[in-house]
Amino acid sequence: MAAPQSQSKVVEWIDHRLPIFTFMRHELHEYPTPKNLSYWWNFGSLAGIMLVIMILTGIFLAMEYTPNVDLAFDSVERIMRQVNYGWLIRYIHMNGASFFFIVTYIHIFRGLYYGSYKAPRELLWMLGVLILLTMMATAFMGYVLPWGQMSFWGATVITNLFSAIPVVGNDIVTWLWGGFAVANPTLNRFYALHYLLPFVILGIVGLHIMALHTHGSNNPLGIDRKGPQDSIPFHPYYTVKDAFGLGVFLIIFAVFVFYFPNLLGDPQNYIRANPLQTPPEIVPEWYFLPFYAMLRSVPDILFIKAKLAGVIAMFSSIFILFVLPWLDTSPVRSARFRPVYKWVFWLLVIDVLVLGYVGAHRPEGWYVFTGRVATLYYFVHFLVLIPLIGIFERPLPLPTSISAAVTKGGGKLAGAAARMEKP
Amino acid sequence: MLKLTLAIIAALTLAAPALRAQEEATPPLPHQSWSFEGPFGTFDRAALQRGFQVYDQVCSNCHAMSLLSYHDLSGIGFGENEIKAIAAQKQVTDGPNDQGDMYQRPGRASDHFVAPFPNDQASRAAHNGALPPDLSVIVYAREGGADYVYDLLTGFSDPPPGVKLRENMNYDKYFPGHQIAMPPPLSDDIVTYSDGTKATVAQEAHDVVTFLAWAADPHQEDRKRTGAKVIIFLLVMTGILYAAKRKIWAEVH
Repeated sequence: MAAPQSQSKVVEWIDHRLPIFTFMRHELHEYPTPKNLSYWWNFGSLAGIMLVIMILTGIFLAMEYTPNVDLAFDSVERIMRQVNYGWLIRYIHMNGASFFFIVTYIHIFRGLYYGSYKAPRELLWMLGVLILLTMMATAFMGYVLPWGQMSFWGATVITNLFSAIPVVGNDIVTWLWGGFAVANPTLNRFYALHYLLPFVILGIVGLHIMALHTHGSNNPLGIDRKGPQDSIPFHPYYTVKDAFGLGVFLIIFAVFVFYFPNLLGDPQNYIRANPLQTPPEIVPEWYFLPFYAMLRSVPDILFIKAKLAGVIAMFSSIFILFVLPWLDTSPVRSARFRPVYKWVFWLLVIDVLVLGYVGAHRPEGWYVFTGRVATLYYFVHFLVLIPLIGIFERPLPLPTSISAAVTKGGGKLAGAAARMEKP
Repeated sequence: MLKLTLAIIAALTLAAPALRAQEEATPPLPHQSWSFEGPFGTFDRAALQRGFQVYDQVCSNCHAMSLLSYHDLSGIGFGENEIKAIAAQKQVTDGPNDQGDMYQRPGRASDHFVAPFPNDQASRAAHNGALPPDLSVIVYAREGGADYVYDLLTGFSDPPPGVKLRENMNYDKYFPGHQIAMPPPLSDDIVTYSDGTKATVAQEAHDVVTFLAWAADPHQEDRKRTGAKVIIFLLVMTGILYAAKRKIWAEVH
C-alpha cells in the first residue's frame, strides 16, 4: 500500500504506523463510484447521518431522563420545560425517528426498483434488512420511554403478540415484561436496550458499508462499471452531492421540528400512562402502520388462530426481504429495462401505502376487506410475481456501458479522470 | 429536485391517517383565531395574564397543573414581585420539619402550582367519582388542540330531546359521547378583568385556552424564532452547496 503523499510530517508519521489516512483516502477519494447515480442514491448517507443525529440527541436526553414508571413522564416534561434547549433536543429526537424511517424506506424502495439486492450485493442487502429490524425494535422501545398512554398501551399490545406463540407464548411474555404486566421492570429493560441497540445498528452499518465498498454502488442502469470511464471518485463528486441533498433534507426536517413538532405524534402520549384506562384506539407510530395493518388483517387460517397468523404475516413481511435476492429470477437489475417489473414495483408502493392507511383505522367493514387484499397482495408480489416475472418478462436491451448511456461517448471524462490523479 | 421533494411529501402523507378523524358523533370543531398560531404567531401577553386569572380563580378549584411552577409565570409577563405575591397566596404542604411533622407555609416562586386535592382519590371523592384531568399539557393531549378545548368550554347546552343524561352528567356537543362530568365552568363575569375587558364566556374561554396553550409548550415562541433563523441558514447553506455541486459536476456532465 503506497503511503499517500502528504504535506504534513505529522500525518506521514501517524500514517506509517496507523494507516488511517491511507484508509480514508482509499475509501473516500479513490473509491470509484458510478458516474450516473441519481438523487435516489442520497438516502443511504442521509440514513447514516440520521443515525448519528439520533445517537447524539439520545445521549443528551439520557442524561436528563429517569426510567421509572412514576418519574418518566415528568422527567420528559422537565426536559421540555426546564432543561436548556431540552425542547429542541427532544423534538429533534422525536421527529428524527420519523425522518429516519422516511429516508430508510425510500432507501429500501430505491434498492427494490434498481435491483440493488442482486448478485453480488446479496449480503449488503441482507445486512440492510437486519438494520431495518434493529431500527424497528429500537424505535418501538424508544416510544415506550416517555410513559404516556400510547407508550404503555402500545407496549402492552406489541409484547402481547408473543403470547400467540404456541405452548411457550405466555411464558415468553412474562419473561419479556419481567413480571405479570408492563411495569417498571419492563420500562427499565426497554431503556437499557434502547440505549444499546443504536450501537448495534452502528456496527451493522459498518459491515453494510464494508460490503458496499467491496463491489461499489449499484446505479440507475443496473449494469456493472466496465472501466475508469464509467467511474468518478466518491470525493468530491458524491460528497458534494450528498451534502447538497443533506441541506434539502435538513430544511424539511427543520420545518417539522420547529413548526409542526407534534404533527407526527399522538395526542394520547401527552397523557400519563394509566394501566386502568385503555385509550379509545391503540395505534402505533405511522412508520409501523403497514405492518400493524397486516397484523390485524389476517383471519383464522385452518388450524392457525388469527392472532398467530397475524403475527406470522407481520414478521414474514420483513423476513421475506432476506430471501428476495433468491426469489428474483431476473438477471436484469434496473427496473428501467424491465417493462413489467416497473409497473409491479409501483403497485407494491401503492399496496404499502394502502396498508398504512388501513393500519390507522379500526378494523371494521371496508377496512378489513381492503387490509386483507393488500396483505395478500404484498405476499403475492414477493412469492409469485417476482419469481414469475423474472422468467416471462422480456427485458429491454441493456446499454453497453454506463458512459455510453450517460454521455454518449464519454467526451469529457478525461477531465474527471485527471482530477482523480491529482495529489 | 421537485421529484425528490414530491417523494418526501408522499412519504409524509403516510402520516396523515395517524391524525385520525374526530369521533363520528361529534360535529367538526369550529376554528378559532389564535394569537399564537402560524409560523410567526406569538402569545398575546394580556390574554395570557387574563387566562391565568381564569385558571387561578375558576379551573384551579378542581384541576391541577402540576408541571408548572409559579416561577414559570415570568414567561407570560409577570414580574418577580408579582410572582412572589401570587405564590404567597397559596398554602404549600412542606416538611417533614425537625419534629418530623408536615406543615403548611405560604408558597414560593420555586413551588409547583398547588394542586386542589392531595391525590386522585380525594379528587374523585369530591367529584362524584370523576377525575378532573391535570391541565399542564391538555392542549397537546387532545385531538384538535386549542380549538377543541375552546369548543368544549363553550359547547355546553341542554341535551337535545331524546337524549337522557346519566346522573351528575352535563351535555356538551363537542365532548366525545357528549356526556361530561364537568358542569359548565364559565359564565359571564365569573371573573373581573383588571384591564377592563368584558368577561363574557367566549372571552374567558379564549383567554384561558391561550394560557393553556402556552402552558403546554412554554418555549413555543423561542422555538419558532429559532426555527426561522435555522431555516434561513439552511437555505443559504443549501444554495451554496448547490452552486458547489454544479461547479464540481460541470466537467462530468
